[in-house]
Amino acid sequence: MTAAGPSVFLLMVNGQVESAQFPEYDDLYCKYCFVYGQDWAPTAGLEEGISQITSKSQDVRRVLVWNFPIDVTFKSTNPYGWPQIVLSVYGPDVFGNDVVRGYGAVHVPFSPGRHKRTIPMFVPESTSKLQKFTSWFMGRRPEYTDPKVVAQGEGREVTRVRSQGFVTLLFNVVTKDMRKLGYDTGPPDTQGTSGPSPPQGIPR
Amino acid sequence: MVSENPHLGDQQEPMQEDSDTRPLSITSRRGPRSLPPIPSASRTGFAEFSMRERMREKLQAARSKAESTLLQEIPTPRPRRLQSPNKRELETEFGTEVRKAGEEVQRTQQDDFQSYSRVKFRDSVQKIKPKLPVPPGFPSAEEAYNFFTFNFDPEPEESQEKPKAKTRAGTNQEEEEGEEEEPPAQGERRTDEEELLSAKDEEDFLLGLDHAAEDFIAVRPAEYESVHVRLQMERELLFVPSRVTVPTYKKLPENVQPRFLEDEGLYIGARPEVPRTCQNTMENRLLTQEPGRKWFGDDGRILALPNPTKAFPSRPPVLTQAQDIKAELETLYKKAVKYVHRSQHMIGSGDPPGNFQLDIDISGLIFTHHPCFSREHVLAAKLAQLYDQYLARQQRNKAKFLTDKLQALRNAVQTGMNPAKPHKSLDTTQKAINEYKSEIRQTRKLRDTEQEKDRTLLKTIIKVWKEMKSLREFQRFTNTPLKLVLRKEKVDREADEAAYEAEIQAEISELLEEHREEYEQKMEAYRAAYQQWKAWKKAQRAKKKKKKQEHPVEEHPDEGLEEPYPGEEPVKPVPPEPTDQALVEQQVRERAARSRRRPGEPTLVPELSLAGSITPNEQCPRVEVLRREDVKRRSIYIKVIFNDKEVSRTDSRPLGADFRVHFGQIFNLQIFNWPESLTLQVYETVGHTGTTLLAEVFLPIPETTVVTGRAPIEEVEFSSNQHVTLDHEGVGSGVPFSFEADGSNQLILMTSGKVSNSVAWAIGENGIPLIPPLSQQNIGFRSALKRADAISSIGTSGLTDLKKLAKWAAESKLDPNDPNNAPLMQLISVATSGESYVPDFFRLEQLQQEFNFVSDEELNRSKRFRLLCLRSQEVPEFRNYKQIPAYDREILEKVFQDYEKRLRDRNIIETKDHIDTHRAIVAKYLQQVRESVINRFLIAKHHFLLSDLVVEEEVPNISILGLSLFKLAEQKRPLRPRRKGRKKVTAQNLSDGDIKVLVNIIRAYDIPVRKPTASKFQQPSRSSRTFSEKRAASPTTHSPTHSVDYPLGQVLVRPFVEVSFQRTICHTTTAEGPNPSWNEELELPFRAPNGDYSTTSLQSVKDDVFINIFDEVLYDVLEDDRERGSGIHTRIERHWLGSVKIPFSTIYFQAKIDGTFKIDIPPVLLGYSKERSLIIERGFDSVRSLSEGSYITLFITIEPQLVPGESVREKFDSQEDEKLLQATEKFQTECALKFPHRQCLTTVTDISGKTVFVTRYLKPLNPPQELLDACPNSPQATAELVARYVSLIPFLPDTVSFASICDLWSTSDQFLDLLAGDEEEHAVLLCNYFLSLGKKAWLMMGSAIPEGPTAYVLTREQSHYLIWNPCTGHFYGQFDTFCPLKSVGCLIGPDNIWFNIQRYDSPLRINFDVTKPKLWKSFFSRSLPYPGLSSVQPEELIYQRTDKAAAAELQDRIEKILKEKIMDWRPRHLTRWNRYCTSALRHFLPVLERSRGEDVEDDHRAELLKQLGDYRFSGFPLHMPYSELKPLIEAVYSTGVHNIDVPNVEFALAVYIHPYPKNVLSVWIYVASLIRNR
Repeated sequence: MTAAGPSVFLLMVNGQVESAQFPEYDDLYCKYCFVYGQDWAPTAGLEEGISQITSKSQDVRRVLVWNFPIDVTFKSTNPYGWPQIVLSVYGPDVFGNDVVRGYGAVHVPFSPGRHKRTIPMFVPESTSKLQKFTSWFMGRRPEYTDPKVVAQGEGREVTRVRSQGFVTLLFNVVTKDMRKLGYDTGPPDTQGTSGPSPPQGIPR
Repeated sequence: MVSENPHLGDQQEPMQEDSDTRPLSITSRRGPRSLPPIPSASRTGFAEFSMRERMREKLQAARSKAESTLLQEIPTPRPRRLQSPNKRELETEFGTEVRKAGEEVQRTQQDDFQSYSRVKFRDSVQKIKPKLPVPPGFPSAEEAYNFFTFNFDPEPEESQEKPKAKTRAGTNQEEEEGEEEEPPAQGERRTDEEELLSAKDEEDFLLGLDHAAEDFIAVRPAEYESVHVRLQMERELLFVPSRVTVPTYKKLPENVQPRFLEDEGLYIGARPEVPRTCQNTMENRLLTQEPGRKWFGDDGRILALPNPTKAFPSRPPVLTQAQDIKAELETLYKKAVKYVHRSQHMIGSGDPPGNFQLDIDISGLIFTHHPCFSREHVLAAKLAQLYDQYLARQQRNKAKFLTDKLQALRNAVQTGMNPAKPHKSLDTTQKAINEYKSEIRQTRKLRDTEQEKDRTLLKTIIKVWKEMKSLREFQRFTNTPLKLVLRKEKVDREADEAAYEAEIQAEISELLEEHREEYEQKMEAYRAAYQQWKAWKKAQRAKKKKKKQEHPVEEHPDEGLEEPYPGEEPVKPVPPEPTDQALVEQQVRERAARSRRRPGEPTLVPELSLAGSITPNEQCPRVEVLRREDVKRRSIYIKVIFNDKEVSRTDSRPLGADFRVHFGQIFNLQIFNWPESLTLQVYETVGHTGTTLLAEVFLPIPETTVVTGRAPIEEVEFSSNQHVTLDHEGVGSGVPFSFEADGSNQLILMTSGKVSNSVAWAIGENGIPLIPPLSQQNIGFRSALKRADAISSIGTSGLTDLKKLAKWAAESKLDPNDPNNAPLMQLISVATSGESYVPDFFRLEQLQQEFNFVSDEELNRSKRFRLLCLRSQEVPEFRNYKQIPAYDREILEKVFQDYEKRLRDRNIIETKDHIDTHRAIVAKYLQQVRESVINRFLIAKHHFLLSDLVVEEEVPNISILGLSLFKLAEQKRPLRPRRKGRKKVTAQNLSDGDIKVLVNIIRAYDIPVRKPTASKFQQPSRSSRTFSEKRAASPTTHSPTHSVDYPLGQVLVRPFVEVSFQRTICHTTTAEGPNPSWNEELELPFRAPNGDYSTTSLQSVKDDVFINIFDEVLYDVLEDDRERGSGIHTRIERHWLGSVKIPFSTIYFQAKIDGTFKIDIPPVLLGYSKERSLIIERGFDSVRSLSEGSYITLFITIEPQLVPGESVREKFDSQEDEKLLQATEKFQTECALKFPHRQCLTTVTDISGKTVFVTRYLKPLNPPQELLDACPNSPQATAELVARYVSLIPFLPDTVSFASICDLWSTSDQFLDLLAGDEEEHAVLLCNYFLSLGKKAWLMMGSAIPEGPTAYVLTREQSHYLIWNPCTGHFYGQFDTFCPLKSVGCLIGPDNIWFNIQRYDSPLRINFDVTKPKLWKSFFSRSLPYPGLSSVQPEELIYQRTDKAAAAELQDRIEKILKEKIMDWRPRHLTRWNRYCTSALRHFLPVLERSRGEDVEDDHRAELLKQLGDYRFSGFPLHMPYSELKPLIEAVYSTGVHNIDVPNVEFALAVYIHPYPKNVLSVWIYVASLIRNR
């Protein structure tokens, strides 16, 4: 059997949850987890993680930097259900309750190489003004029953969400045996991405 | 601005040629590099700032000075000049931005590497630039600009560098403007190129500075290169294509004319728009750099693809500014547009809905008759009309034409006859001559009539004129200026006469010839006819002869055939007469005289003129004056009616004395719809009084070729049928009048006239006629198609017939190159190419195949794809299949086996498992119902509610809000914490081992105790001897503590509890005594079927939790008494005492089960008893006597707590009255408001999915007669028997069968047919039976343990109420503490529903008197009386007697299977069956059935002892309703009888099935183990 070729392909993802921009909030932490199809199984690394609490930078960028590493390897027989990373960001509200500040999800990039992704984050909205007030007052904002909801399309039509901020992720993707199994994810494109470029427009 | 500048030429000097522009601009760009480094504006420091301050002061001073000078000198242009700087600035900036991009590219191409860095700097500067004005206090762009330009001049290098600067300075001086005025002035002066330059200057100045500042550390004098040198160099290096338009011949090959495909009718797409100069530059470049002409098309232009940009943006612009949005939102007034329904009048949707214009020119109106006409007018009109006719005829001159033609034909005949031309074959000549001759005849006739007409017309004109003259003389005045002059034209008499004669002669000869021919023909015909006649005669004669000879038929048929009219006698033909020449000549001459001018007679040419004078009013009689005044009072106007709507009207014009009205108005109709009708209405106004509609004139709609300017003026006649009689000279209208004095020869004239008008399509600005597309017309079909959409013009039906379509396409001359027609052309090419296959079917999604992943066959063949498909369809077997292998070969065929088997077996009823066929059918049916319901739920599962996705606090009411406010003040860590609800876990993210079932066994009451040996000794009469002997041996084996503990000498019991769930078994420690207390928590893992932890799957888990109570018995197995001192050898045996069974589904839905349950103890428990007498002796009777069973207190829950499935969110349709349904809703909401936790039931769903009012289910129904006959004397016993019968119908919860809380109620007959149902069905049936027995009975909805919400039956006996559990058949008094029913929600009777509104809901504490409205809220009341709902139940239940033989057979099979099972469970031991014991047990079971398991123990024991004297016996009968085999096996297994591993153990197993009517079977299983005593 082994001579016949591989029966699974591997997808190694490492990288980090680099930073976030939440203009209104501070002292946030983030959780990540992976959502993947039935044909996928993690073989190594952590499927989920929770980061430290970070405060805004003091410079004008006002970014929240986590630099929280991701390192996981999946195996699969089928690209259907390609892993998605689901991020949820939490932080204290005025009364000190931990409330959710954003959900977001993105597929792990298909092609090997270094990829940078910026995910817009959103939270479900309250169904009425009164509830909005009480939820703010009581520190029990509407939350998804499961953060993994954001990685699926089903049933989303019943929700209303509001945009909150952005989280920047860096992925380094390595695949193995994809091509042998007949899945061509295109030529490796490593030139297009470069390291973090210095922000422009700011006099040095 | 540019043109007015006088210094233009001056400025342009250095850059006269285009090619010079580039190098110079580069020079100027490079110039600033040589400047000493000056900090850029963006980095202005304090030092610079102060310098700038000074500069600014200077500038301002200069500016004010300049302004004052300007004000003095040129006051008028000043405001413009002052304005210009801002404008200029803006423009330059934008200009540079745009240009720069293009130039940069060029520069990077051309320039050396040095420039690269510059580009970068330029970029960065650009980025910084927009930020410039941002910091406060910094100079504005204008100031900065001024600053730098100011700096230019004093700089020595600058002045050296450019002559331009000098000139600039010079100009400034000349104009006496301040320096600050310079940039705007300059901007004005410059041409476009120069503007660019200066802008660039500015730009590069900044750049240069930046560059210098950052790159060079060492400061040294700039290297300077002379401008000229550099120019020279650049001229060598750079190539700048000219902008001059390239002549076409250069772009085309030699001697080739440009060819314009578009003119040839081929489709050329619209070319992208490129500025002319760019195009020229490109062409020049191409011509120079690549000498080949491959870049140019046939038309001499650069080859270009059609413009790809769409005319309309396909999505709205994203970046709109706020005010723009506001502007968009502003309400705009739009004129109402009429929608025309009839599509043929719509302007085609494909065309831009433009305006089309129809020009209607109404030039005038002439009355041919008018009421105010005098007699003379009538005649004049007639004359004019005739004259018009005459003129028209004259113009056509048909007579002349025909005469000429005649002449030509005669000549032709002459030449044809001429034998001098023999080359033509005789036949053709003859034929031609004949044709000519007939032609001559025709023409002659025509000519004659024409000539006659001419002549008559002339005569009539003259006659009318004479009449008119006489009338004028008669009335002594003239009121028409008409005058007819007859001009005589002299003719040469001789020649005329000769011609006349020749003409006549020619005609005569022709006629004669004609006649001759005719004669010949006639003679020919005559001869033939004569011949025929003769033949006939002959035949007649022959026939007669033959008849005489009596020769019948032989030759007769031939004759008969030859005869044309066999029966008819042909007339003898008459020979024609030859024509008389004289007669012909006479005729010809007569005709000529009549129709032709006599020879020598002068030709008369009438000329009508308006030269006559009209008699002035004074000389006219009164009537005529009145008439003339009347005419003056009249005025005429015309309304223009377009498509039945008035669109405009002309001015009202007075009627002239000559009855002509001149309008001369042109109406431009801007039309949208295709013109349907165009009408002019002529109105006449008399004085100021009335307006009458004289007539309507219908104008034809012009052809599309008729456009303004080319349309002829046409006269359209009209007439009116109005009757007017006037009291003056006017003749009136529709009134008879006469010219004659005697009134004879009357005439009736109607008002009539002519409107001269022209209608034409207007021509638009660009010369295109504003004609609506022709597609709407039915006429001109073919030409219309050029612009029309193919499908719309031929209709979709046209598409089905491809041949027709192709024909149409060919006819309509579709442009095959037009992309709009591409699909159609392709279709046609396929259709018409012949060999290609044209399907004669229609297919949807014909492109699907292209997008198919693989072909369908492959999809079916591949195991992998099949697996993937099945999984995505959520087929239960594959729903959770993980990691479907990547290759087919890795998938085992086995995977599909189960699924395929299930599919195969769907319709096959398998009797193997079920034994009983009826039940097999039922099971199959249930399975099918379940599947369909599950499918429904799978669909419903994909419908989400907000609460499924988002956790949100409920809308708080004020009390909760207050409470939570209060909570805020609460301590975070209170001293006495309250229990918080556990967090519920959604089922999706669970896996094996995550869920545990926790069973907390607390205590038990009244466990049966071992029969004391002592009592046996005391009562020897009741026990057999052998048994007592066996028992006698046992006391020694008992642990001494027992006897010590129990002073009365009773043998104690050492019970322990074993919990088994999904074949996992846990047990507690052993306690002692009949009322043990364990208080132990057992943890059992839960495994969901297929590893599927979805709600649906969990709901359908059918496993039960068995809680078995055992007695642990120690037996001394020591063989030898002598060893007793040195060792203990005991064997532990456990004896099953009873069990409690709780379905997992109950736990799942209840979340926790907490309470005391009755232990299901077999009716006969050999060796054990509940010795009540002893208890009574001990004085505990007061409480215990009430209960008859043993009880156990349990707490069961699932960890973590699972969210139970939602009930179906579907509203079922109903046949109930809408009012009733509303009432039910109201009732339920009211009840729920008061007591949210009490169950209130009004409507239920029947098995077909319809909502039914619940009382319809209750109706007296007859129980089986057999049961009524059993004990006719005791109603109580009958009731118990009936309850038992009902309880024997197997219990099957809805939640298991229907996967969720979809409460389906089946009617009692359905229930009995299905032989399965849940509490409600049992309760309904029992209640119906009780009603039929004459009891007062209600359905009681409430909650019980362990079932949760359930249905019980309440009956009212004489003085008390009884609560019946329909599933077990047990009944409880109202005040029974061990009654499992814990709360009562509502009572349902056959005609009403009562909701419990008492304070308590425990049956112990409530009053069941439903007549009290304070305690029970009834559904039907005085306000809503009971409408008399018909029942859904059948009239009567029919019971078949169960086949006893079948029952017996089933009994044997069950026994056999159970024995096999027991042997299977004991794989390591030999299982012996004691036949003797088995038969003994078999005899005993019917007794148990008869007595319903009560009060038989003693007899039974006695008998057993008698028969099995030397065996130690442990066993018990199990009693169950029969549904299928599996529960029986489970029950036997749970007793653990098979667990005995004593070597010489023997087993006995007996099964008895007692059949009740309707296939209800009561199953008894007696299972026992025997150990032979040595």
